[in-house]
Order: sequence, then C-alpha cells, then structure tokens
Amino acid sequence: MRNNRINTWLYRHKGARAALLLALPVLWLAVAYLGSLAVMLISSLWSVDSFTGNTVHSFSFTNFHTLLTQKVYGTIAIRSITVAVAVTIIDGLLAIPIALFISKVLKPKFRSVVIALVLVPLWASYLVKTYAWRSMFSDGGVISWALKPFGIHGPGFGLTATTITLAYLWLPYMILPIYAGLDRLPNTLLEASSDLGASARTTFTSIILPIIYPAIIAGSIFTFSLSLGDYIVVKIVGGTTQLVANVIADNVGTAGNLPFAAAMALLPIATILGYLFVVRRSGALENF
Amino acid sequence: MYLSRRAKILLASLTFGTLSFIYIPLFVVALNSFNPSRSFSWPPQSLSTVWWGRLTESNGVLPAIASSIKVGLGATAIALILGTCIAFAVSRYSFYGKNTLSLLVIFPIALPGIITGIALNTTFHTFLDPLNKQLALWTVVVGHATFCIVVVYNNVLARLRRLGQSLEEASQDLGANIFQTFRYITFPLVRSALVAGGLLAFALSFDEIVVTTFTAGPGTETLPQWIFNNLFRPNQAPIVNVVATMLIVLFIFPVWLSQRISQDGSAGGRL
Repeated sequence: MRNNRINTWLYRHKGARAALLLALPVLWLAVAYLGSLAVMLISSLWSVDSFTGNTVHSFSFTNFHTLLTQKVYGTIAIRSITVAVAVTIIDGLLAIPIALFISKVLKPKFRSVVIALVLVPLWASYLVKTYAWRSMFSDGGVISWALKPFGIHGPGFGLTATTITLAYLWLPYMILPIYAGLDRLPNTLLEASSDLGASARTTFTSIILPIIYPAIIAGSIFTFSLSLGDYIVVKIVGGTTQLVANVIADNVGTAGNLPFAAAMALLPIATILGYLFVVRRSGALENF
Repeated sequence: MYLSRRAKILLASLTFGTLSFIYIPLFVVALNSFNPSRSFSWPPQSLSTVWWGRLTESNGVLPAIASSIKVGLGATAIALILGTCIAFAVSRYSFYGKNTLSLLVIFPIALPGIITGIALNTTFHTFLDPLNKQLALWTVVVGHATFCIVVVYNNVLARLRRLGQSLEEASQDLGANIFQTFRYITFPLVRSALVAGGLLAFALSFDEIVVTTFTAGPGTETLPQWIFNNLFRPNQAPIVNVVATMLIVLFIFPVWLSQRISQDGSAGGRL
C-alpha cells in the first residue's frame, strides 16, 4: 500500500522525480567538485609560513608577484606552451594521413579493424606507455641502438623525448575526431571535385581541409590541454626538464607549498580556457 | 576522390608507419620482460621467464594491486549511481541548468588531472586538518569517482537516447507502476550499457596516477603509483617490465569486452 502511494505521488510529480535523480549528482559535482575548484582558486591568495610550514589563511598577492617577477617561471611557461603546440602539430601531421587512408582508401570491411588498432592503445595503461618510451630513449635503448649504425646519438632523456612521448600518448585523441569528420564527408563531393578537374592536391586543400577543420580543432583541444597539464611524462623521460605541471606537482609534494602550486595552476587553466575561447568560433565545441 | 596509385601507396605507408610508431614501444616493453639481463641492453641477448617467476615475491606489487582494485570498485560503484542518475535526468526531463550540468560532468576529465588533484587536495586538507584526520584510501575513491562519472554517463545516455520512451509508456499503459517499469523494462534494457560503462570506469580508475598522487594518504599505494615509484630503481626495473606487460594485456581485454557489449560509441565514452 505504502509503495503504491509513493508510486502515485512520484507519477504525478514529474519535478520531484527529476529532483530525486539530480540531488546526489549535483551535490557531488556542483557543490563538492566546483567547490573544490573554488577553494583552490582562493587558496592561491594564501601563503605558507616559512618557519612553521603552516598555511596562512590571509589574502595577499605574493604568489602572483613571485610568478610574474621571477624570470624562471616565464621561461618555464613559454617552454610548456611550446611543447603543447609542438605536440599538437606533430599529432595533426600524423593523424590526417592515417584518417584519410582509413576513411577514403581502405575498403569498409577493413575499416573497423584498423580503427580498433588505433583505439586499443588509447586504453592501454598511460603509465605503461610512458614507461615504454623510457626504454626507447634510455642509454643503450632501442633508439640509440637503431641510430648507432648511422653514427648518430639518440636524443636521450630531455625536451625532445618529452615532446615525442606526449605526441605518442595523445595521438588517438587527434585521429578519432578527424576520422569521424572525414567519415561524414560524402565521397560524391570528392568525386565532383575530381570531375571538375581538380587535382588530388587541390581537392585536399580546398575541399577536405576546410571541412575537417573543426575536427582538427576538436582534436587539438585534447592534445594541447593534456600536454599542458602533464607532469608524469616529463618526470619519466624529461631528465631535468622543468614544465609548468611538474613545478606545480613539486610545490605540492616536496616543497609543501599548496598556495603557490594553486597560483601556478592558474596558468594552464587560463591558457586552456583562452584556447577554448579562441577556437569556439570554429564550431569544434558543438561536437562535445 | 580520384587518388593516383602513388598517392594511395604513400597514404598506406604513412598509415603503416604511424601504426608501427603506436605499437613498437609496447612490443619493446613486452620483449624486455623476457630479457634476463638487468640492464636491458638492446637487443636482448637471450629470452627467459625468470622475472615473471619473481612477480609474487614480496616487493609491494600485490598490496598495490589490492588497493587499486578497492579504489576501482569503490569509484565504479559511485560513478554508476551518479552517472546513471544524471543520464536519466538529462534524457528524460527538462530542467534549469541542463546544459551546464552536461558540461560539468565532462569537466573533471577535461581539466588536467593535476588541477582536479590539487583542488581536491586543498579541500580535503581544509576540512580534514581541523578534525585531525588524514588523507586515506577513501579520499582516492572520491577523487576517482569524480572523473569516472562521465564514462558511465556517456554510455547510459547514448543507450537511453537510442531506446526512446515508448516501451516504458507501453508498460505504464498496461498498468505497471514506476518501480515495476524500471525493474522489468528499463533496467534490462540499459543493463549492458551499465556493464560497459562500469568496465570503462574501472579501467580508467585502475590506470590513474595524477589524481591518486594528490588524494592518497601516506602509506597508500595503488598499482600505477607502485610502477612510478619503482621505475627509477634499477633493481626493480625487471619486475616493472613484467607488471607493465601484464597491464598491456589486461587492459585490452575489458576495453574490447565493453566495446562488444555497448556498440553505442566508438571510443567508449572516453572522447
């Protein structure tokens, strides 16, 4: 009987049903998670007592002053953004041919196989993939072994290794949106272009590229922001290289200066939001 | 598009090159796990399973796997409940802030892990320090659940959109109440999406290291943390190779399974 009454009441009150469904998730995401982000933003104005190591909960712009006046942080910021841009360009250059091949050259029955070949490593452990590149770049590793006959030394651990490893990790995030974009592009359009006398090169630059442009941007959002926020890769294959994310991580860990880490974290957040703002007009965000 | 033979061969070889770029490092790790030498001079001089035999020796791997499983199960359970609730609300009701909510779900995975990590770390410290409590395993579960919600949400939402509501309406027209309709109609229809989403959430949690690092208490070590802590120690490197190879194989299976089950999205909701 009781069950029935609840049932009737719920049946009549659509709003109550929605509210019941939403209560927990909203509490978790909007209150706890967004709240945490807000606390972090506020904490960037706090400081740490250098004597006791306790957090001082009073507001000052000391952290930002340090960030803006000490030259080393500017250098690190520019280096991090350069790495993120390089990773994005490398991934774009690798992804376009492979996406083009899968969607326009390969016969449909082979397509899902090759797409699976691209996708499966996306889910292989992130740490294992990074570790794999450590064995590639290490002294006496695969790369130095392969380059030895040519008399070239491998790059070893450093900025090059970091960029290549990041490009490796995020490549599927670039391939998938471009493949999806090309898959939607009707073949008849390309045939029409050929029939009207356009060379493959002209068809590529004036038909394909403009149409997959939003997809490239969508992929670049992943490659760019994931690269900017990563500190594990640079710790594993970067040698002594400093990037924004590992400065943040070191300030939380060894230095124990959470407020400074929070202030530093605003750089990737602001850069990523700025990037989203710039690319918003391309229509890439509508696919999310 | 008319592509010359040369252009097709060029594209094919570029594809082959990129796929090799994707797979060679993984094969190197797998091969190295059978390399009996401690220094991994490449190429291996001989192959042996000596390191595989040492896997269960007390080196912290097993406790780390145990904590990873605990965290994964906890986070998956929370993500299943919250993700399903949001998916139902978004697909079946219209309410204020719906678009904001569907964006908010993506946030924890779209923002770099380090941001989510230190945001939660700051909050945990702000609230736990006054109570003299420390970070522990449950704080990791909270962190992981936050970014796992989205994969469950994506899988269930895709399923609900595809199903439509006519079957549920028919059930209610025939006299079933809300609970009966959910139990006999809706739940069986979304069950496989829940399994797929749950598997992916578990895989995502099992692999995570950044949020883990900032939300784990002292003495808590998940498997990725174990790998990270040990890969710089020359003595432990052979065991790291074995664990890494195991993970490559183990990861492919649940993902492949969830793809087979769900068939709703190609990337399984990670994109």
